[in-house]
Amino acid sequence: MVTDSINWMAGGAQGSGVDTAANIFGRACGYGGLYVFGRREYHSNIKGLHSYFHLRMAKKEILANVNDVNLLAAFDAETVVRHLSEVVPEGGVIVDTQEMETKVLAIPTFPPEYKMELQKFLKDNGIGETLKDMLDFAQSKKVKVFPVPYRGLLSKIGKTLNIAQISKITRMINVLTIGVSFALLKYDKSLVEKAVKATFPEKIAPMNIIALSEAYDYAVRTFKNSLSFKLEKTDVNEERIFLTGNQAVAMGKVLGGCRVQTYYPITPAADESEYLEAHEILKTRDEDEAIIVIQTEDEIAAVNSASGACLAGARAATSTSGPGFSLMAEGLSWAGNCEVPLVITYYQRGAPATGLPTRHGQADLRFAIHTGHGEFPRIILASGDIKECFYDAAKAFNLAEKYQMPVIHLIDKAMANCSQTYPVFDYSGFKIDRGDLLTEKDLEGKEYKRFQFTESGISPRAPLGTKNAVQWYTGDEHNETGHISEEPLNRILMMEKRMKKLALVEKEVPTEEKMNFYGDKDSENMVISWGSPKGAIIESIDLLRDEGLSLGFLQMRMLHPLPVEAVSRRLAGRKRIIDVEDNYTGQLGGVIREKTGISPNYYILKYTGRPTSTTEMYNALKAILTGKASERQVLMFGN
Amino acid sequence: METKQSDYRVPDVYADWCPGCGDFGIMNALQMAFAELNLEPHRVVMVSGIGCSGKEPHNVKVNGVHTLHGRALPFAMGIKVANPKLEVLVIGGDGDGLGIGAGHFVNVGRRNLNLTYIIHNNGVYGLTKGQASPTLKRDLKTKSLPKPNINEAVNPIALAIISGYTFVARSYAYDVKHLKDTIKQGIQHRGLAFIDCLQPCPTYNDINTKDWYSGEDRKDAQGKPQSRLYKLEETGFDPEVRDWKEDWQKKAAALEKAQEWGDRIPIGIFYKKDYETTYGDRIAGRIPFYPTRPPAKQKLNDEKGISLVDLSEFLDDLKTS
Repeated sequence: MVTDSINWMAGGAQGSGVDTAANIFGRACGYGGLYVFGRREYHSNIKGLHSYFHLRMAKKEILANVNDVNLLAAFDAETVVRHLSEVVPEGGVIVDTQEMETKVLAIPTFPPEYKMELQKFLKDNGIGETLKDMLDFAQSKKVKVFPVPYRGLLSKIGKTLNIAQISKITRMINVLTIGVSFALLKYDKSLVEKAVKATFPEKIAPMNIIALSEAYDYAVRTFKNSLSFKLEKTDVNEERIFLTGNQAVAMGKVLGGCRVQTYYPITPAADESEYLEAHEILKTRDEDEAIIVIQTEDEIAAVNSASGACLAGARAATSTSGPGFSLMAEGLSWAGNCEVPLVITYYQRGAPATGLPTRHGQADLRFAIHTGHGEFPRIILASGDIKECFYDAAKAFNLAEKYQMPVIHLIDKAMANCSQTYPVFDYSGFKIDRGDLLTEKDLEGKEYKRFQFTESGISPRAPLGTKNAVQWYTGDEHNETGHISEEPLNRILMMEKRMKKLALVEKEVPTEEKMNFYGDKDSENMVISWGSPKGAIIESIDLLRDEGLSLGFLQMRMLHPLPVEAVSRRLAGRKRIIDVEDNYTGQLGGVIREKTGISPNYYILKYTGRPTSTTEMYNALKAILTGKASERQVLMFGN
Repeated sequence: METKQSDYRVPDVYADWCPGCGDFGIMNALQMAFAELNLEPHRVVMVSGIGCSGKEPHNVKVNGVHTLHGRALPFAMGIKVANPKLEVLVIGGDGDGLGIGAGHFVNVGRRNLNLTYIIHNNGVYGLTKGQASPTLKRDLKTKSLPKPNINEAVNPIALAIISGYTFVARSYAYDVKHLKDTIKQGIQHRGLAFIDCLQPCPTYNDINTKDWYSGEDRKDAQGKPQSRLYKLEETGFDPEVRDWKEDWQKKAAALEKAQEWGDRIPIGIFYKKDYETTYGDRIAGRIPFYPTRPPAKQKLNDEKGISLVDLSEFLDDLKTS
């Protein structure tokens, strides 16, 4: 597999500034006109356990991560131990000189099952017990080691800053690794300084720039013969942004008119709500407006207060993850029954139960489709990348209000926490469609029935508080006025009224908004997938095409109601249908089989909680196309 | 326009409570209170939970939102935050608010939302045929309980006071005038008002019956029943906090009163604090234009339908060029 990108990885104990380092690194690359894709991995822990960040840079747009690490910047010994084997020959490792004699099996944060793996690895390769022994082994595989005396540099920096206590500035180890990294990559220092300035508050930016410089210069002086590759800046004539899925969803919601957001803290959804709260006052082309973010006492309150806000006429949403969505089940059923235009952003993570709370997963498709007792219409959207997160988050409100039903917007942890460079989003033409919304004037002299039977099944909506529109809602089955009714005929009419709106969604929403197609449309090999595997699949298709292997890719974006006819048309007559998902059972494959009768005959699945890299996707797809794969491949790369 | 009680009746809906149910009294008191306050029906929203009390909004001609068991408060919060101009009343049972919905009961107190919450307190789960509710006293065995209740009872008045409600009162479903006056004061209170409405369940609670409350078992020498209920306002009890310095004192006095039960049961206002900021005030502290342009009243798009939002502030922070 050939890629012309550079993959940098920073790792260290949680709380030691890994995220900040990655942010500086990404920005500095952005300033140099490079595209960046970042992947963040962390434990369910505040301080002390291992976390890391992958950043992959290239001159052209990149969509996913790869396995190979070109430069590993380790804040601590654990990072070296865990990731050394990912570093390619001619790649480099930046390591703290002080850690050289650390006995790797004695690192206290390793759980026993990992120690066993490590022990075996050391034994099989005849490696000694210290970190230095491991690094010597890596050097024998042509990995370059760059030992840096972090403490020595810090004490020098402390003197410059007049800080005697080194412990007060150990947090700056992250900036030191950045300085050394960029020096080794021979990258323009001024761009890195700019990134440091942009990342830190004004008060502490100068000291970090001093630290950066110290480390950068140290590396230039010390490692004369460093890496055989370098990171080159390039000219760029467009404005670009570097953002996470959480941020994209938040902005999309604002664009789409969301003015009440409710949430209960949960990983990986909460970042979105906090970001919104930080930006609660909204600029518009008219007066300032605002989004009100309510942190409720639980997810039950979150979903139901969002529904309440919808009834009063606001566009409202809640964001959660699997455990929270479980608690929302009853509220969702109420919203379906009462035709509430509620939007739920659902960030999937490793499950079941608490599962892998900070890790990735895609095992909640069936749950999203079926959650809530009884039968009621809903729309399920699934974004496949950060840009889609933005537009889908906005569009969800139009669909919810137009068809008066809950919309579940499925994201996953990989997208929520990955970051990617894009040309600035163009949102200038985004239209708000509030559906059949009545005003006081429309209602003058008329009797208002909230659930009036109509041809389409959609009853004109008036917000609570509209004059001439006193109205009733109930979770009981109800008549047109909204009062309780247990009459069989009314029941049939009401069920039909609600359910037939789904057929309308199927008919009216354009197919191109429900699915994307990539690759060779006439190929006998077709990948079906949804959510974050998209990037790795598209990159793999390109790589395989270069080798003469043809592949098409159907990315599903509306998973319910499934556009049955369009999917059938795309899949009919293919020799190989390859289902790619980050779950155990191949849920999308199952849904497609259920609705179309067409079955995938290959599965590429991953449920380690880590997203799929282009490397493993390419290998898995190639194995299928060359007849070397079993029907079911389970991927496991990533630490 | 002057309104009268009949303007708040819903002729098409048959009120299906048992004969003699306290819900009728509460319904009448609500309609009378709305009429006397001259509230326009479209500006009022009654939000209810599940149970016999949950049907209350269907019988009053204002907006009605009949929600889920225990969840009326969160729905009401969303409605009120989205449009603070609406007069929001929350109606629920004792099981609804103090059992399944107890988490919301407490947390809504932290926010001092400007709404009125009325609990129908009859000690039993009526609609599921008479199980013990969280307010049924320990060791009592109402008629459909297989065994006496071994749980202690929740004290709704005390819980409301320590949760931060700023108007805490009790009334009685069969004293419609007192209840109506209490509801009116609750609505007029600026902040979160809680009314614990005592109510016999003629079908399932054979202990705290109408006769029990009115003291048919305790007649004086002249044969006149001695009601167990007495009015706090007639005893000179002063529930109002006028200064933060006396807040805990007033709370303590109210908690003391809240312990009374059995032969002397106080009704009326236990605690009242007018100067506390409401949730709306707190939002307005951060978003000054909130009272005039709350979420439900914001303009989202221009005449062509294009979203008015300008994302430059978000995007500028994210730019890498």
